[in-house]
Amino acid sequence: MLALEKRPEHSQALVYLSPLIALILTLAAGVVLFFVLGVSPARALYAFFVYPLTSAYGWAELGVKATPLVLIGVALSLGFRAGVWNIGAEGQLTLGAICGGAVALWLYEVDSVLVLPLMMLCGMLGGMSWAAIPALLKTRFNANEILTSLMLTYIATLLLSLLVHGPLRDPDGFNFPESRIFGDSATLPILWAGTRLHLGAALAALAVAGTWLLMSRTLIGFQIRVVGQAPAAGRHAGFSVNRMVWFSLLFGGGMAGLAGLLEVAGPIGQLLPTISPGYGFTAIIVAFVGRLHPVGALLAGLLIALSYLGGESAQITLNLPLAVTGVFQGMLLFFLLACDVLIGYRIRYRSLARMRHD
Amino acid sequence: MTEVLIAAIITIITAATPLIYAALGEMVTEKSGVLNLGVEGMMLMGAVCGFTAVHLSGSATLGILTAALAGTGMALVFAVLVLGFQATQVATGLALTIFGVGLSALIGQDLVGVAYDGLPRLAIPLLSEIPVIGPILFNHDILVYGSFALVFLVSWFLGRTRAGLVLRAVGDSHDAAHAIGYPVIRIRYLAILFGGAMSGVAGACLSLAYSPLWIENMSAGRGWIALALVVFATWRPWRVFVGAYLFGGITILQLHAQALGAGVPAQVMSMLPYAATIVVLVLISRDRNKIRLNSPACIGKPFHPTS
Amino acid sequence: MTATQNIRKSALLEIEGMCKSFPGVLANDRISLSLRSGEIHALLGENGAGKSTLVKMIYGILKPDAGRMLWKGKAAGIDRPVDARQLGIAMVFQHFSLFESMSVFENILLGLERDADPVALRKDIVDISVRYGLPLDPDRHVYTLSVGERQRIEIIRCLLQKPDLLVMDEPTSVLTPQEVDRLFETLRRLCGEGVGILYISHKLDEIKALCEHATILRNGKVVASVDVAEETTQSLASKMMGKEFRTAEQSSGQEKGPVRLGIHGLDHPARDQFGISLRNVELEVHGGEIVGIAGVAGNGQGELLRVLNGEETGIPAEAIMLDGTACAHLGPNPRRALGLASVPEERLGHAAIPSLSLVENALLTTCQRLGLLKFGFINRGKCSAFSEQVVSDFNVKCSHVNAEAGSLSGGNLQKFVVGREISQSPAVMIVSQPTWGVDAGAAQTVRSALRGLANQGAAILVLSQDLDELMEISDRIAAICAGALSPALPVAETSVEQIGLMMAGLDPRQDTEAA
Repeated sequence: MLALEKRPEHSQALVYLSPLIALILTLAAGVVLFFVLGVSPARALYAFFVYPLTSAYGWAELGVKATPLVLIGVALSLGFRAGVWNIGAEGQLTLGAICGGAVALWLYEVDSVLVLPLMMLCGMLGGMSWAAIPALLKTRFNANEILTSLMLTYIATLLLSLLVHGPLRDPDGFNFPESRIFGDSATLPILWAGTRLHLGAALAALAVAGTWLLMSRTLIGFQIRVVGQAPAAGRHAGFSVNRMVWFSLLFGGGMAGLAGLLEVAGPIGQLLPTISPGYGFTAIIVAFVGRLHPVGALLAGLLIALSYLGGESAQITLNLPLAVTGVFQGMLLFFLLACDVLIGYRIRYRSLARMRHD
Repeated sequence: MTEVLIAAIITIITAATPLIYAALGEMVTEKSGVLNLGVEGMMLMGAVCGFTAVHLSGSATLGILTAALAGTGMALVFAVLVLGFQATQVATGLALTIFGVGLSALIGQDLVGVAYDGLPRLAIPLLSEIPVIGPILFNHDILVYGSFALVFLVSWFLGRTRAGLVLRAVGDSHDAAHAIGYPVIRIRYLAILFGGAMSGVAGACLSLAYSPLWIENMSAGRGWIALALVVFATWRPWRVFVGAYLFGGITILQLHAQALGAGVPAQVMSMLPYAATIVVLVLISRDRNKIRLNSPACIGKPFHPTS
Repeated sequence: MTATQNIRKSALLEIEGMCKSFPGVLANDRISLSLRSGEIHALLGENGAGKSTLVKMIYGILKPDAGRMLWKGKAAGIDRPVDARQLGIAMVFQHFSLFESMSVFENILLGLERDADPVALRKDIVDISVRYGLPLDPDRHVYTLSVGERQRIEIIRCLLQKPDLLVMDEPTSVLTPQEVDRLFETLRRLCGEGVGILYISHKLDEIKALCEHATILRNGKVVASVDVAEETTQSLASKMMGKEFRTAEQSSGQEKGPVRLGIHGLDHPARDQFGISLRNVELEVHGGEIVGIAGVAGNGQGELLRVLNGEETGIPAEAIMLDGTACAHLGPNPRRALGLASVPEERLGHAAIPSLSLVENALLTTCQRLGLLKFGFINRGKCSAFSEQVVSDFNVKCSHVNAEAGSLSGGNLQKFVVGREISQSPAVMIVSQPTWGVDAGAAQTVRSALRGLANQGAAILVLSQDLDELMEISDRIAAICAGALSPALPVAETSVEQIGLMMAGLDPRQDTEAA
């Protein structure tokens, strides 16, 4: 029998190795999965993880998909470190898209370089205001932020649907539930001509660097880690848990809101009833696979973005359902959580006879 | 008028039934000191597997059993990670939900659009003939009767049996329970698996009785509402029951209001159950004392027997 | 020799050559002992000597690496606590195995092997509590009970099994002296009925008062097996500690300085049912003195510490004065700026964070006072240098200052935590349980560091459950009971009995007058 034995000190090597082991196990499980689905595992894995990267366009798409994942993933990793479980990033993303998008539609006729920054600002404020609700309910009424932020996601989705069916609907759009296509000054500039890679990718990279600086060098970052790991020690040091709850949620909401705005002002170009394939939820996986570290979230974001692209390519070339992507993402997180046990424990082989005594 | 009212009450019961199963299952899990946030994922798996089984075999019983089994299987993954690999409960629960959403969509891709008549109604002879009460209480499918029985069972088990006492003890202090010699891990495995089975059955309620069909992500947050219900009920079975009916009522209210064209946009009405969940959660959580006294003290804490 | 043979003949429990090692430590090294029915046998040793490991093996919680056990002359395989209980071994742990949110009755029921008839069980509980002087209301919830009452649940749980051997692991560390006396009466009665008692302690006077034989452990080995009657407290101590008993440096007897910490009419309601309300606390601590606060755990020590160091606010500003400045309305950091330092009881998770490095743990309480911040950015070089300084000044054994705090031994981490505070030269220092679970050497370092700080003119308040320690290091001593603090009396004019009365919430001065 295998048994766990506590390591005297956490293994730093395994902190970094564990995601790699998890990835390998996920791929192995993928082989089984494809086998069950009746598809040649080699072809499927190729379609999933290699084919999307065989063209320049594919690499650009990787950046497009990774942008919201990295933005939100980075912000969530900060929040998770503080022990604040903001599960409602999807809703905050939606609110960001709504608020920023509304600005774009409101300034439809205006042609100014200020339109886009104003949209981003409003997008962030929209996301932050949505995240402020669980923050208020948590700090004031002790309500669990997991449940409140999640419920707000459903409400946000309905709100978006309500708006594109009504007030924000394209007046010339034959009653289709979608907004006007944003004007040029409300659309993100393209970084790489001929692709969809937009300014947002650069912002995401900036967010990684900024968050890394915040977490590793500033008092706020230190407070977040302390409060998340040992609230009592945080209180003793004079760090306010409530302030960290507010900071984490507003930061997460702001980033998610920005990500939502970048989606509608970038690849989508208008408001639709559905603007995200669940980036806000997938970003949770990004944060964990990225070790709750900004740079890790960048790498994990790229990996998960690849799984989205791979899902699309596998759908086209092998007729595999898109849902395979979600299964892959879920498995990756499962294996990661399982592998993480190795950081704090080592696995020892023990005979059954000895096991019984422990 | 009475007929409309009776019809409304019956739909409320149908809407509340999945919540009862999911919330009671989760409550038992939480009473043992484990927080499983994967209810939504387990429900979806239950829904799709149950529906598949019925679609293939035509047997409703087999469908419900398969749903329970699917939920149990998902819960087993969670249990192994949390109890065996010491993974954090919150992250693992979230992973379970994400995984369940994906896997259920994958399994159910060919089932979208498949029709099913719904579970047969089992009218209880004589009793169902009683006016008003008869149709409300005694003319339901097996899952509704089961949900009534489950409340009694869970309440009796936790409050009156030694096994229930031990389960609560494990949730109150796993270290003390371990020191006395109770098998903490084994008890938690069982509690988690029970929660999974009940979530699976809750899924079957959706795909076999409430809708009855399979749509991707059809639970629409009910798993999370069930989690909130447990808090709302301060971990007491009968309050779960009442809470579930309250939510069933709100769900049906919004459906009926939409049908009547109350002038309020459909989306606003659909927000109601979610908004109500938030309100209820706030009202209950406000009293920290109440939560602290009623919630299992070990909830969410990892247990590693050192000695 | 005949005496030994007699013991052999009627031995209830015999242990031979028991060994147990944990990663990096040999906790028990070939331990043997023998115990008769009706005997109170002491297992004596300092913290970390291996007493708990041994009794856990006897009770089947730990599996020995080597050695054997004889029960009533026959080899006994005790693999699990259930086996031990079936043989007739019962144990009262140092840490109770109780369920806070459940009733006394449910707790006792859970302690039984199988379901019992509630009516009969209730009767048994009442019978036992009357017979052995252990009053308890079966319907009270555990969280409403005092520590002494909680211990009674554990004892009743054991006695319901009608054990032949009762193992008690440091039972008195949580009791007032009066409660200790009552416990001893219970134990003597049991022993008179033929029950063997294995009594684990490091308190010499208790062992002198209660036990016939003592097996003394040091560093995991048996160093002596003695007849208690033939030993003096001094000789037991030197066997236990392996060196002559050192009396601590008493206060230098210098003049009292000005009042540096003043607590006046401090009231603080409990946050919830699990907490204790502080009631009209009055205390003044002068520069240069150490004031000890005795008390049984859970009488408001934690609350008092948190109110004093600013973790809990919401009381009138004047209730706490630091060097003449009203500060009860301020949070922890403004109070630190005024010169307050505190060391909470719980090392891991309150005073320090096990998963963070020592440098980061130093940062916890120093970032404001030592000016380690610039525009919100942390000066890491300066912080490392400070940590290095603490490590060398206080002789903290660690691989390097970037090691996780959790990798240090309890004693070394305590030295680091205390050193972190003392190195900031505070005006007032509040320490809770300064030497809890700490080896003798580290305890000595910590105590002399505190005395040194006092000699430099700081006011020091020590909260401890260890009365011996308080008597040793304090100039004045007070006791806290149910959130109320007694007046502080000079140690030189106080007896342990008086403090015991104070710990029970009685006024010793009135009592002595009455007597």
